[in-house]
Amino acid sequence: MKNLPLLFCGIFFALAFSFTGLILSSHIQLGGLTQTTETLVPSDTDPNAMVMAEGEPLYPAKPVGLARQGKREYISLGCVYCHSQQVRRADFGADIERGWGPRQTVPRDYILQDRVLLGTMRTGPDLAHLGGRYAGDAGRDWNHLHLYNPRIVSEGSTMPPFAFLYEVRKVDGAPSKNALTFPPDSPYAPGAGYEVVPTRRAKALVEYLLSLRINYSVPESPILE
Amino acid sequence: MSNSQQQSPYSANSDAVRAELSEIDASIRSAALFFVISAISWLMLGTVFALLAAFKAHEPGFAGTQEFLTFGRVRSAHLNAMALGWGNNIIFAVGLWIMARLCRAPIHHKGLLLIAGVFWNIGLTVGIFGILRGDMTSVEWLEIPHYATPLLAISYALIGVWGIMAFRFRKGDHVYVSQWYILAGLFWFPWLYVIAQIVILWFPARGVVQSVTNWWFAHNVLGLWLTPMALATAYYLIPKVLGRPIYSYYLSVLGFWALAIFYNWAGVHHLIGGPIPVWLISAGIVASVMMVVPVIVVGINHHMSVVGLHKEVWRSPTLRFVVFGAISYTAVSLIGSTMALRTVNQITHFTHFTVGHAHHGVYAFFTMIMFGGVYYMMPRLLKREWPSAGLIKIHFWGSAVGITVMVVALQVGGWIQGMEMNNPEIAFIDIVRNTVPWLKARSVSGIFLTVGHVAFAVNFFWMLFAAGSVRAKQGPTLLTKEGGLAQ
Repeated sequence: MKNLPLLFCGIFFALAFSFTGLILSSHIQLGGLTQTTETLVPSDTDPNAMVMAEGEPLYPAKPVGLARQGKREYISLGCVYCHSQQVRRADFGADIERGWGPRQTVPRDYILQDRVLLGTMRTGPDLAHLGGRYAGDAGRDWNHLHLYNPRIVSEGSTMPPFAFLYEVRKVDGAPSKNALTFPPDSPYAPGAGYEVVPTRRAKALVEYLLSLRINYSVPESPILE
Repeated sequence: MSNSQQQSPYSANSDAVRAELSEIDASIRSAALFFVISAISWLMLGTVFALLAAFKAHEPGFAGTQEFLTFGRVRSAHLNAMALGWGNNIIFAVGLWIMARLCRAPIHHKGLLLIAGVFWNIGLTVGIFGILRGDMTSVEWLEIPHYATPLLAISYALIGVWGIMAFRFRKGDHVYVSQWYILAGLFWFPWLYVIAQIVILWFPARGVVQSVTNWWFAHNVLGLWLTPMALATAYYLIPKVLGRPIYSYYLSVLGFWALAIFYNWAGVHHLIGGPIPVWLISAGIVASVMMVVPVIVVGINHHMSVVGLHKEVWRSPTLRFVVFGAISYTAVSLIGSTMALRTVNQITHFTHFTVGHAHHGVYAFFTMIMFGGVYYMMPRLLKREWPSAGLIKIHFWGSAVGITVMVVALQVGGWIQGMEMNNPEIAFIDIVRNTVPWLKARSVSGIFLTVGHVAFAVNFFWMLFAAGSVRAKQGPTLLTKEGGLAQ
């Protein structure tokens, strides 16, 4: 082991091997994945081939509007360090039984994300399907209260409060229609004459959270009813 | 200096060789000192971040009104301060010094090396500041915002060149195992770092290819950067201090190449069960299990070199830390291989068990060996001895007790957490509540570690600045009284 070029070749090829095997090959296998319809139909021209059904919507859907800005907040605050965004198959862990998603997530679910946030910790629950559990205005209100201080709606939670995304202000005339509605006698409610309103960042973050939904099938992982 | 040098097979039988080593030490003194001072400063800052994050994990309201102190940012600042601040700086100090000594090549243009080092630390300061102010990437182990990373990559490359140059212009025929590890690590780290930056942040690859790259990188920071550097240090110091050769040359060759081939495939085990092609995950599991080979081989080599000399190990500040680290390497690696098995991973994945495992590796193995390296290197660079054996003992016990409590608490608590998470009958909030006692135990462990680090820093700066009060001629600072081999 005195030969520098030989030693160096070994060192080089050791890492080149895994770089090729893991990164290049997964890029070759997955880099070409595209949106698809929920199911495939037999092709008219080639009876052995399956193709996308014409006129059907394509999934996964493109993220839009405020939700895209909300993802930036999610990244900037480091939510990924306690919350994963992946659902494992039915017989591996209890993800589906816990209601974290109706089906296993697959590589195609992530193709439109410029930053993939699979996560490796579940200090808090998985969020891949959060928008399926909390939807509409009720879901919005719950998430705002939960972000302002998680213990308002979830006693015993260890999630940090994100009160700095909200503004506590004096009620000036009529109360704001955006103001958070606290449960009666909540110790976290602002004093009389004050209200808590979400900043634009908080609204964006909640829209992002509600946009996390696995409410569609893909051919390789259909939702089974 | 100590009589150990005279008995070491790799140096120092003659005055001429000792003079040569002394000349090499002098050539790298200013740069190595700069790196050690930087490393210890980052260690202390990282400890503050660690305490904050640990405490927030069970008292979420604590310091919760300031955005920059929110858990996600503080824990990321902690990770980067420790990995790139403490880890890389201490590697630059100890690793380059060992490389220069083994190559018998004095460092040239040390001013340039120093400047590269200054830029590394500037880049890192900007990066950590960026994380706290909200520019972090939320990519694990790559949180530093994009405006700081090119500076880090370039200054790293400049620093790494010195190690490769030392090897290129080495004297003598013999190449020792530590040199392979250091050479390989110096080459692997920039490759990993640059590829990960490009594929994940600069030109994002499609979908989960990013995740595969992320764990190829993150696991290899441990496996192909911290691990080879710590193993190189242990391989250098154990024979050096004990004055007997390493147990087996052939085992060291086998251990090196087995690590080089298997470790870099192992990272995908962080994605078991995830939306990744199954064959990739299977490859990661196979590689993780194959890691048993280099681990056992290195374990035999290190432990057999120490057998029968336990009193000497206990007496030497250097070896007390290094042997603790070497034993931890065997333990943490075997646990790691087990965690990659699908049935075990189903329980440990997504829990605090993994956090415990990460600290087992980076602290109980890597950091403890590097502490040992500093205890050995400083007297030779400064030509004076450590001022206080008592502080070294406080450091050792603070670190040893602290990390043991942490790993046990997180792994027992994490195992329970994982078992409960797989049982859908148990409400999630109850699982969260049940982790709290274990997280409190981790905070207690943090206090032990802090005491150890403060003792280390005090002893170090005392040695550095209070030259007059240091016993220079009374022989090395030892931890027990009987005669025998030293430091």
